[in-house]
Amino acid sequence: MGLELVKETWSSAINIVEIGQTKDAGGSRGSIITVGGETGLPFLHSESKTLNKPVTVFEIWDVEPDWPDNLKSPFGKNLKNTLDWAKLCKNEFKAKGLCLRLAGAHPDYGNKTVDELAKLVENLLKQIDLPLIILGCGDDTKDNLILPKIAEVSKGESLLFGSAVQDNYKTLVAAVLADGHNIIAESPIDINIAKQLNILISDMGMPKERIVINPTVGALGYGLEYAYSIMERARLAAFSGDAMLAMPFICFVGFEAWRAKEAKANEQEVPNWGSLEERGILWEALTASTFLQAGADILVMRHPEAVKHVEKFIDKLMEKN
Amino acid sequence: MGLSGLDIYKLLPKTNCRKCNFPTCLAFALALAKKSTDISKCPFLSLDAKMILESASQPPIKLITVGVDEQAVVVGNETVLFRHEEKFHHPAGLGLIVEDSDAQLLDYIKFAKELQFERVGQKLHLELIALKNTSKNAQTFAKCVKLIKENCSLNIVLQSDDPESIQAALEICKDSKPLIFGANNDNFSKMAELASSAQTALVVSALDLENLTEVVKKIKETKLEDLVLHIDQDKLPKQIENLTQIRRLALKRNFRPLGYPVLVVVKKEDAVIDALTAGAFMAKYASIILLEKASLPEILALLTLRQNIYSDPQKPLQVEPKIYPIGAPNQASPLLVTTNFSLTYYTVLAEVEASKVSSYILSVDTEGMSVLTAWAAEKFTAEKISQAMKQAQLEQLLNHKRIIIPGYVAVMSADLEDKSGWSVLVGPREASSLTSFLKNLN
Repeated sequence: MGLELVKETWSSAINIVEIGQTKDAGGSRGSIITVGGETGLPFLHSESKTLNKPVTVFEIWDVEPDWPDNLKSPFGKNLKNTLDWAKLCKNEFKAKGLCLRLAGAHPDYGNKTVDELAKLVENLLKQIDLPLIILGCGDDTKDNLILPKIAEVSKGESLLFGSAVQDNYKTLVAAVLADGHNIIAESPIDINIAKQLNILISDMGMPKERIVINPTVGALGYGLEYAYSIMERARLAAFSGDAMLAMPFICFVGFEAWRAKEAKANEQEVPNWGSLEERGILWEALTASTFLQAGADILVMRHPEAVKHVEKFIDKLMEKN
Repeated sequence: MGLSGLDIYKLLPKTNCRKCNFPTCLAFALALAKKSTDISKCPFLSLDAKMILESASQPPIKLITVGVDEQAVVVGNETVLFRHEEKFHHPAGLGLIVEDSDAQLLDYIKFAKELQFERVGQKLHLELIALKNTSKNAQTFAKCVKLIKENCSLNIVLQSDDPESIQAALEICKDSKPLIFGANNDNFSKMAELASSAQTALVVSALDLENLTEVVKKIKETKLEDLVLHIDQDKLPKQIENLTQIRRLALKRNFRPLGYPVLVVVKKEDAVIDALTAGAFMAKYASIILLEKASLPEILALLTLRQNIYSDPQKPLQVEPKIYPIGAPNQASPLLVTTNFSLTYYTVLAEVEASKVSSYILSVDTEGMSVLTAWAAEKFTAEKISQAMKQAQLEQLLNHKRIIIPGYVAVMSADLEDKSGWSVLVGPREASSLTSFLKNLN
């Protein structure tokens, strides 16, 4: 006697977004990242397709980051030079992509000039052929100066730029649109703002296949569940036909997880929490893997061991029945 | 199939007596139909109506208790597939598997027992210890159960498919209402008998959903109703599909043979991967998770994840509204004010900690609302803040009179200065800018 299962089939799928342009297509990337295309809830292979598996990318900075020692140690002195850091990620840690955070552009954090940063990105593109995500420093005025210039010098490479937010999206969207890149639409754990921002960006003429949603995740133990449920709700709406929520998700897991006390406090401070080395890696990895269950497509991460384990876990999740 | 709200209403007394705490019988009937309340709340039901309703209003996933007293694990009775639809009701029980052939058994028991963490004001610990009958020897098994009983008060899972071993162990620990993890297609009648006479719950194992359904149907014929389901499946996505199907069949079809909580075993592979696997099961419907081996960080991370996934989306977690010293503040340290919504408070806390500037945070009772929401709802006003400042007796802590408020409520600055007599400094809008704000304060 057969058991009649309850399978969910949906009318719509998530958009497919491509980051990076190869040499044959007019860019200079050695590989590209393709995400999206899911036709149903994550990893239920007998009822829906995960066309492109979720992907991890390494976060790198234009300045030496003020990270905890247990996160800095795998990179050693390479953290002092963005290009060395990027090379290490590609060659040693087998990175599939890089996410450059231009922290040093911030008026309080070095206030690097537009030209300096544009030059850095040009060099990075020349020396490392991985697909690239570029993030501003979080200061709207400064980001509106640097990001359009960087979009211009990287024209043709189809990079992913971030972040467009509800009260500051026009400058960045216009630049990204003109130079053929993709955009991150960031909303503060709010499904309505996420949708509204996608509409505003689309209204400027940006094709929906060039938009990625940043739902603003929280770390394990620090509000993870809010973004988790926002992502589940957005996915259910997207599969039911809401085109303005059918974008892949990018989750800044490393940024959040490494702010958690559990990832940083040493064994003397918290003697009953176990090894700090293992704890930090685990905190980032479990934050990332939990968002995979809510539909995450791009996981921006920091610690190479956490990345390695999450990649392995993604492969396990992708095993067909 | 369940009855509709109107079907149920017809069976109620229709007196609107409010003894059930609902305003009307109709409201109570609608809540019953949604399975969000219980018919026992109505004291005036006729016997006939009670019988009809009891059989129809059984929860789609049976509530199962392992253990006794307040430390018992209670799982099941889940009502939704997605936590935003309502909430996940009964946090998954987490346990460690130990083996009766292991020379270090006592060490593991002590490890499991002593492990305890405190987060967001809650005490977190394991609930279960599962003893695996690796020795295949009933006497050894019983002896080890005794060792567990003597050394810890964790709820016990007896993992053996040998009825003799289970019987020997039950003689020692049946008063603690252990969970018998051992029924399968070959031994179920013996196991059902043992579970029934000891009045404990029984785990039913099979290799796939169809076989599981068959075995459960046979066991249900013996009138045993306290069951837990288990599918022995190593492939991760297949197991997630099993868990999803069981939850969907129970909730959407009210399919009784699978209307029970599910137990999963995370087999030892690699510490991080094991934790990620257990985490996926935590998010996707497992009610009891047993780990073959686990380190302190793994268990801390999983207990934290459980806290997140099982929190109530409608009732935000709150911190106690009071003054919190961060780092080692002195009389000249900055004072920041924020709400008592956990997420807001912990976000601010993380930034203040990251700045390494020792400070005080005053958390104001906003009934768990975030800064802007609370401000709009008049829970985070100049008046409320100055009240909280008075209660905190700040003059005993600080030698200055300057308070930093969130940038989003800058408009209240003048009002707050008037009401409190303190000078107000407007901080950044987002907590993420707090680190540099505090560093540049002086």
